[in-house]
Amino acid sequence: MSNSNFTRRGVLKTSAVAGAGLALPTIFTNRANAFTNEPTGSTVTLGFNVPQTGPYADEGADELRAYQLAVEHLNGEGDGGMINTFSSKTLDGTGILGKKVEYVTGDTQTKSDAARASARSMIEKDGAIMITGGSSSGVAVAVQALCQEAGVIFMAGLTHSNDTTGKDKKANGFRHFFNSYMSGAALAPVLANAYGNDRKAYHLTADYNWGYTTEEAVRNSTEALGWETVAAVKTPLTQTDFSSYIAPVLQSGADVLVLNHYGGNMVNSLTNAVQFGLRDKMVNDKNFEIVVPLYSRLMARGAGANVKGIYGSTNWHWSLSQGFTTPDGTEVAPDAASAAFVKSFGEKYGFPPSQAAHTCYCQTILYADAVNRAGSFNPCAVVEALEGFEFDGLGNGPTLYRAEDHQCFKDVLVVRGKENPQSEFDLLEVVEVTPVGQVTYDPSIFGGDLGSCNPGA
Amino acid sequence: MLGLGKKDIALFMIVALLTLLAPFILNPFPEGSELAQFNAGYPDLMQRFVIFGIFAIGFNILFGLTGYLSFGHAAFLGVGSYAAIWMMKLLTMNVIPAIIMAVIVAGLFSVLVGYISLRRSGIYFAILTLAFAQMSYALAYSVLTPITGGETGLQPKVSDPRLFDGALAEGATPQANLFGLDMGASYEMAVGNWLFTFNAGYYVAAAVMLASFYVAIRIFRSPFGIMLRAVKSNQQRMNYTGLNSKPYTLAAFVISGMYAGLAGGLMVAMDTQVGPERMFWTASGEVVLMTILGGAGTLIGPVLGAGMIKYMENIVSKINSDILHTWFAFLPDGLEDVLVAMVYPFVGKGWHLTLGIVFMLVVIFLPGGLVEGGQRIMNLFRRKKRAGDDSTPAPKSHPAE
Repeated sequence: MSNSNFTRRGVLKTSAVAGAGLALPTIFTNRANAFTNEPTGSTVTLGFNVPQTGPYADEGADELRAYQLAVEHLNGEGDGGMINTFSSKTLDGTGILGKKVEYVTGDTQTKSDAARASARSMIEKDGAIMITGGSSSGVAVAVQALCQEAGVIFMAGLTHSNDTTGKDKKANGFRHFFNSYMSGAALAPVLANAYGNDRKAYHLTADYNWGYTTEEAVRNSTEALGWETVAAVKTPLTQTDFSSYIAPVLQSGADVLVLNHYGGNMVNSLTNAVQFGLRDKMVNDKNFEIVVPLYSRLMARGAGANVKGIYGSTNWHWSLSQGFTTPDGTEVAPDAASAAFVKSFGEKYGFPPSQAAHTCYCQTILYADAVNRAGSFNPCAVVEALEGFEFDGLGNGPTLYRAEDHQCFKDVLVVRGKENPQSEFDLLEVVEVTPVGQVTYDPSIFGGDLGSCNPGA
Repeated sequence: MLGLGKKDIALFMIVALLTLLAPFILNPFPEGSELAQFNAGYPDLMQRFVIFGIFAIGFNILFGLTGYLSFGHAAFLGVGSYAAIWMMKLLTMNVIPAIIMAVIVAGLFSVLVGYISLRRSGIYFAILTLAFAQMSYALAYSVLTPITGGETGLQPKVSDPRLFDGALAEGATPQANLFGLDMGASYEMAVGNWLFTFNAGYYVAAAVMLASFYVAIRIFRSPFGIMLRAVKSNQQRMNYTGLNSKPYTLAAFVISGMYAGLAGGLMVAMDTQVGPERMFWTASGEVVLMTILGGAGTLIGPVLGAGMIKYMENIVSKINSDILHTWFAFLPDGLEDVLVAMVYPFVGKGWHLTLGIVFMLVVIFLPGGLVEGGQRIMNLFRRKKRAGDDSTPAPKSHPAE
């Protein structure tokens, strides 16, 4: 195996091989198709890559339910769900472009390596034309980069970090979910309203990328309204007992604790904070408060009664389907799209969908519709159809898929833990629907380069 | 030939043949048939088979020969991967510098870890290596985020410097290559209903695997290898005879660390992405499982174990309840549901359970791993044949490989 003998013949041979290698890519093409995994039969395969094991397995399971529901609706089974309320009317229950929708599933294990392995097997083995899902930004960024290289479309699932459509954005990747920046921008005014403009905040931040971007977003938006950040402490992701982090909070003179934690982290840190009696304390003559920038129903369930009265933001909440009154007396009418989705999800599974399920359902419908409007499965055509696409009727009101960074812009919900929950799913109440204008930002602030679409082959 | 004995040549040839023909062997079922689910002949999984094979071969040099159980080998894999991706980002997308750098950096890191950890043996050694690996993981996950990209990891970007490469074509993404041969390039051969994929990256990785397999055979058969086995059988006695065993164990540790680095570098070469969870303790545990499952101390065992675990992870985990329903669709409805309900916990997200059961069965009934299973089957046939023409008992075969 060694090449240590540089004979004339050896060198000639090597260079011939190298030359042939340079010429090869034209011979060794992926397939004789116009783009990767062009569907030629009567079916089209989508890849649902969700965490089925690991810390976010619950969310993954809910995502998978939503995907199965979406596939049913696309194939004309069930009651059609949000397809009926969706503003674009190209979906008629005959699948996508007349091809029946089939799907393969995989387990991301919430690890980028496993997620990429799973996505690659979907692309290489099962011939998936689009990959979607995931419940962590690390995984979303990793799989998005893979899809860009492989030449398939990636429709991100639950990913909240700014990076996914910020510094790591890719032309083949799209995100319906909101991000840290929007959470901060939506939360800050509500917090200032509820707690005043002269608060001192103490941040506990999960020590990884999502934690950093969320802390930054909340800090910037609250400081702009007059808050002061006393300290920001990073906590290891694997931490389960936060008491040693909570104890110094009171000594710091802060009167608000911001928990930039997600999933099990948030459940534990919030429980610790409440058990320490933080919320009964008076600091600087003000009631001590706790804030959780990103809420999910599954987290609220884990934290139980501790979430009562605690503010946070969410991408969508099933209570939109019933209409409600915000604390300042604004009546919000029931949203027909959310109602349709909650109804068909509830009928199939027996409980209301989570925000992860909602965003995954929407992504599938949006992809299918984009293909229909483009008239082609070619990723470049799909990218063109989705860029700058304005739609309504998917539960968040009028929404724009911005062309510059492939991020959806829509209203953001500020929620609060409910004082008197009616059921184990009824834990959050919507406090305010922050209009999209307030959370829109300049796409250039996060850097990154979208590149151009890659159709593979 | 090549400094190998007759048996070793045969073994090497078999392994070489298997790796070369893997695209055929791993795709036994025609496309579109229901059993196509079990086909493993797609580039990603084939690459993983050989890469984790290298990782396990290297681990086996330490664990199989000296008996030192390292619980932190994934750290070297991860360090190698980070070194490789930085070479790709800074110098060139050609995989050669990336792989070489991965081996060097992992080697240096293993000198450091080995020098400290090898002061103890047994369980203390295992704990020390585990501590180092978890430390590396934590560093990569958060503390060193500017270098490692934190949780998100690193990927080559269009905007990277890549000093030796020319400018990319408009809209192109940087692709790992070997002097222009794209690692992702595949040639697909359709024979009837079968589709065989020959992937450039796989053959590059397979060539490296064969080379490292050859080196492993040479190490196993060398006087150095004998010394390592001596460490395993009785290190104290060895010390009392006046031999200092530390240089030998350290050398074995560094060699196996370099193997891990090589595997890490190849992983980046095949799939240009690094994430810190590659160094998590479960990844270190996985290579221990691979080695024990296949047969510790044997040459081919670790490769078999690696293949087995990766197959489970990638194939069994993708069987979902819908697929089960199509399999059992020929049965009456009630029976179908019962069967699906019975099988479902063992596939899909339950693949860990299946793997656990297989592992337990192997450890209990085949303490020598899959290799012992193979030997028993071979012996069964041999004995029958011998018994036919000759009444003398067959000479007991040595459980060498």
